Amino acid sequence: MAKGVKPRVKVPKSAAAGDVITIKTLISHPMESGQRKDSDGNLIPRSIINRFTCDFNGTNVIDVTMEPAISTNPYFEFEATVPEAGEFKFTWYDDDGSVYEDSKPISIG
Amino acid sequence: MRFKAMTAFAGALAISAVGAANAEPVDDELVINEDVEIVTKTDAPEHMEYIDEVMSGWLFREDDTRDMQRDDFDNPGMLGVEAAMETWDEVDGTAGKACSDCHGTIDEAQLAGARAVYPKWNENAGEVWTIETAMNACRTERMGAEAWDYNGSDMINMSALMSYLSRGMPMNVAIDGPAAETWEKGKEIYYTRYGQLELACANCHEDHYGDMIRADHLSQGQSNGFPAYRLKDAKLVGLHNRFKGCIRDTRAEPFAIGSPEFVALELYVASRGNGLSVEGPSVRN
Amino acid sequence: MKFSRRETLAMGLGAAAIGFMPFRVNASADDAIAAFTGGAEMGEGGITLTAPEIAENGNTVPISVDAPGAAAILVIATGNPTPGVAEFKFGELAGSQSASTRIRLAGTQDVLAIAKMADGSFAKASSTVKVTIGGCGG
Repeated sequence: MAKGVKPRVKVPKSAAAGDVITIKTLISHPMESGQRKDSDGNLIPRSIINRFTCDFNGTNVIDVTMEPAISTNPYFEFEATVPEAGEFKFTWYDDDGSVYEDSKPISIG
Repeated sequence: MRFKAMTAFAGALAISAVGAANAEPVDDELVINEDVEIVTKTDAPEHMEYIDEVMSGWLFREDDTRDMQRDDFDNPGMLGVEAAMETWDEVDGTAGKACSDCHGTIDEAQLAGARAVYPKWNENAGEVWTIETAMNACRTERMGAEAWDYNGSDMINMSALMSYLSRGMPMNVAIDGPAAETWEKGKEIYYTRYGQLELACANCHEDHYGDMIRADHLSQGQSNGFPAYRLKDAKLVGLHNRFKGCIRDTRAEPFAIGSPEFVALELYVASRGNGLSVEGPSVRN
Repeated sequence: MKFSRRETLAMGLGAAAIGFMPFRVNASADDAIAAFTGGAEMGEGGITLTAPEIAENGNTVPISVDAPGAAAILVIATGNPTPGVAEFKFGELAGSQSASTRIRLAGTQDVLAIAKMADGSFAKASSTVKVTIGGCGG
């Protein structure tokens, strides 16, 4: 398992119902591509986050399939519609089976 | 003969590439999080003989790289700062202390301004200390903990936190008094040609800042942005590690990270940036 | 330095060859595209790909895609050892069919974005990114 993996998300605290908001996410992860060799010349096995999803109150916002060409510490910025107060749920899926989650509430006002 | 022609051709290509590139530092202003104003250009300190204006390395980077530093969320170097904020409160060593026990919580920021005056003379030790030396002295003497590897991630992250706490404050290292001897030594290193390529720091970063060295845009080699998140390494890089890379590229045997030579060079280079804002953790290529 | 006529000619030919040489395109890029489009024709327009003309380092290249009304967008780095980059599928609550990320490019190449529209049609956009290889840079 990759060490020190920590998600960060940036979501406004509140919005008007129906507003489109910008969300930013960053997760610390080496995204080992499987193309690199160690100092002994052996191929370092691929170990990446291969999928990222964002849902709001159970409805999907974005679902990203990720390949090794995504940079170290994967970063995404996208927009979401906020129909009501609730919670954004963010999920990252690691090659090694680990699942990292974060969530952020948003109020209407 | 054919080989020569090809070499000449490659040379012609390189020259045309230089000609085509816009090599001037950009005219741009850095405000981080729409809040912290960063001085990236100012009058050179008095001791500098050959440069009138000092400039942050930020001005020599491409638009996208510069933009990553305008917002802490976009700056991956902040991952290191956040990791250090956790370490700050963790008890380590036989004395049962955390950094916060002596220096207060991060919000109280008792160490705000420290980065701006380091390296500085330590009276008890009778030598110039970098902020890394000071942190390890804290660990071994006050916490009863093991010293950190000078170039390890714990140290680099905490060093980045020290920069973050002083961010926006002007660099202001003392070069007189007891530090003068070390400063002179650093200056001598700065102007000494090293390696098979016979290059001094000054040859690139004083004589040719703004020019292209193949595809690289040479900066003034300022230290105010360190530790820097380098896109090349995709991690925070400490200043001595950067010195090492530069000297290695002159095809010389570099001084060791944390060595008295690099401490002296750090003091001298920092003094060339007196007046620029502490900018770390910066984003560089 | 002086060049003989023959050497000058050789240099000219070399320059011409470089001028017309296409970027390295990985054959599996075509496979990845075919898997996404099912071999359907791709139109132009309706999708925007924003990428820097010059990337200071290929390790971290910021890109954005935007295709109003798209169900999904595939991003391909045609010159990478494995050309796949990402596929963005937009859900019901997507505020726009756009996203930004940071990608790795193994060298100067064309980056391709293909949108699958809600009506099942496809549109593509491409952008050439020059990746500078440092001469020094420690």
